[in-house]
Amino acid sequence: MDYFIELFFGGLTRGSIYALIALGYTMVYGIIGLINFAHGEIYMIGAFTSFIVATVLSIYGFPLLAIVVIAGLAAAVWSSAYGYTIEKLAYRPLRKAPRLAPLISAIGMSIFLQNYVLLAQTSDFLPFPALIPDFEFMEPVAHIVGSSDLAILVLTTLVMIGLTFLIKFTKIGKAMRATAQDKTMAVLVGINVDRVISATFVIGSALAAIGGMLIASHIGQINFYIGFIAGIKAFTAAVLGGIGSIPGAVLGSLVLGLTESFATGYISSDYEDVFAFSLLVLILIFKPSGLLGKAETKKV
Amino acid sequence: MRLGLQKKLFVTAVALGFAMVVPATSFAGDTIKFGVAGAQSGDLAAYGLPTVKAAELVVKQYNAKGGINGKKIELLIEDDVCKPEVATNTATKLVTDGVDVVLGHICSGATKAALPIYKEAGVVVMSPSATDTALTFSGDYPNFFRTIAHNDAQAIKIVEFATDTIGAKKIAVVHDKGDYGKGLADIVKKLIEKSGKAEVVLYEGVTTGAVDYTAIVQKIKRKGADAVIFGGYHPEASKIVSMMKKKRMDTTFISDDGVQGDSFIKVAGKNAEGVYASGPNDNSKNPLDAVARNELKKVYNEDPGEFYENAYSATLALLNAIEKAGSTDMAAVVKALQTENVDTPVGSIHFDEKGDAVGVGFAMYQVKDGQYVEVK
Repeated sequence: MDYFIELFFGGLTRGSIYALIALGYTMVYGIIGLINFAHGEIYMIGAFTSFIVATVLSIYGFPLLAIVVIAGLAAAVWSSAYGYTIEKLAYRPLRKAPRLAPLISAIGMSIFLQNYVLLAQTSDFLPFPALIPDFEFMEPVAHIVGSSDLAILVLTTLVMIGLTFLIKFTKIGKAMRATAQDKTMAVLVGINVDRVISATFVIGSALAAIGGMLIASHIGQINFYIGFIAGIKAFTAAVLGGIGSIPGAVLGSLVLGLTESFATGYISSDYEDVFAFSLLVLILIFKPSGLLGKAETKKV
Repeated sequence: MRLGLQKKLFVTAVALGFAMVVPATSFAGDTIKFGVAGAQSGDLAAYGLPTVKAAELVVKQYNAKGGINGKKIELLIEDDVCKPEVATNTATKLVTDGVDVVLGHICSGATKAALPIYKEAGVVVMSPSATDTALTFSGDYPNFFRTIAHNDAQAIKIVEFATDTIGAKKIAVVHDKGDYGKGLADIVKKLIEKSGKAEVVLYEGVTTGAVDYTAIVQKIKRKGADAVIFGGYHPEASKIVSMMKKKRMDTTFISDDGVQGDSFIKVAGKNAEGVYASGPNDNSKNPLDAVARNELKKVYNEDPGEFYENAYSATLALLNAIEKAGSTDMAAVVKALQTENVDTPVGSIHFDEKGDAVGVGFAMYQVKDGQYVEVK
């Protein structure tokens, strides 16, 4: 039973990691129907930014809490700027183009950003400082749930609640929902669609950046390629949960994380990916729009 | 036929060239014929050319001292471009020319193809670079020796260390699914099972780049492993080690050459403390190594290329064996190689009955205070 609980919490942490990234995918898809493949790179840039800021601050002897807050904010702002710019440069000019064009543009952006960081920073793995200290009250259960696992779980829950609140009860949230439903109609009632789309990219990027910082601190290392693998898994999770749906992205991520954890624990880590993607195929066969996705009705 | 002046000069030069080459090889009197075979042209030339230079330098030293037992040493250098089908021709040519011993070949495939020809002719062969385990372990070639560790040497070292030195009874073997990591892990698993000294409680591959290794680490704990042997590179190793520390495990972590470097310590930080890893024997403090390097610098103004030290050592070992044996007869040379220690850049070596150099190969290192220290 202990082993089951250990694997369960391991899976939850892993799922929450995916969720922090998957939210960005699903928000962008929900609004403009684009799979933003560069999103994984935004996550990676967030991790790098927080790494640089945290390193500098720790040289000046800032307390850990201040480092976490400032590095997190810096990463969020910097990554948001990237998200905003990418949308403006690579997607906005293609908004009226066939659907394949912005997709290719996104893949190009992803490759560009990876290589940009490779050249501007390094190809080596860098040690990421442990920003989440080992809390004393966690020590009795540290062998099951560590402090950084707890931080990731709590943060994902908070983000999920905050995001739901934002979309349900604020003006920008209302505008987002309207844009998602019908862009032309939204313009007609006076919504600045361009600004709503930019806001979506900014929010998604900020989430990915904060996720990047926490996850890098959890794993303890970063390099230019981390965004690609994490991005693919998060994208899978978003599709699993129903791309475009925010609760769906979180649910899909948790299901994916738990599946991988139990597959490794009870069967073999050799088959971790096999089980993850078999699950995706099965769910898409029986529920093509994902776990919580809305079935699209084709108008004839 | 009218030739321009330039062409005439060219033809003369070529003719002179022939005239100078021919006597050197065919009219030499009573000498020891030392063959050097390997890739000297083509895309793998970089592996073979340093060997030629090493042989030239050592032979020059010996000849300057008056040769061996009054006989000068003569080099017969032949190219096999690392191709097995060419290597048989190379070997036949060397044997026809009456070669006494051969330094080479460079590639395992070419060496394997050439060996039967040398065996037939009773010629001792020593390779600085052919690592295919079967070359010595098959027992087919009593005339073959080498000054480089074979492919399984690292796995053997790691397994012996885990079962004998550490005394681990339950071992988890984990790899990164890559050619190098899985290849090593496969051999490690086989060796542990064959030795019967410990039990392989887990044999699995992890996905490189995965965001989290909690599950595999929990599994290692659940299987009650007292040592983990990991085949792979440093990013995954440091993730697993850090996760083990996070889960408050003190299982011994043993890894390979891919982890035995400063980048592992840099990335894993204080979690690296106590980790064992195998790596090539450290020759940097060997004075003969410095001599070999300086000589190359002086004569060719070059830094050592691939297998330079191994070839230098092999030449020394072969010539020393001929000197001690007092003849180039195969049985006598083989006996001298196995019994007489010789000081070389790769250490003081002799050869075991299979043909592998004793004292060449891998050592175990442990991270202590942020540095790899050899485990004695």
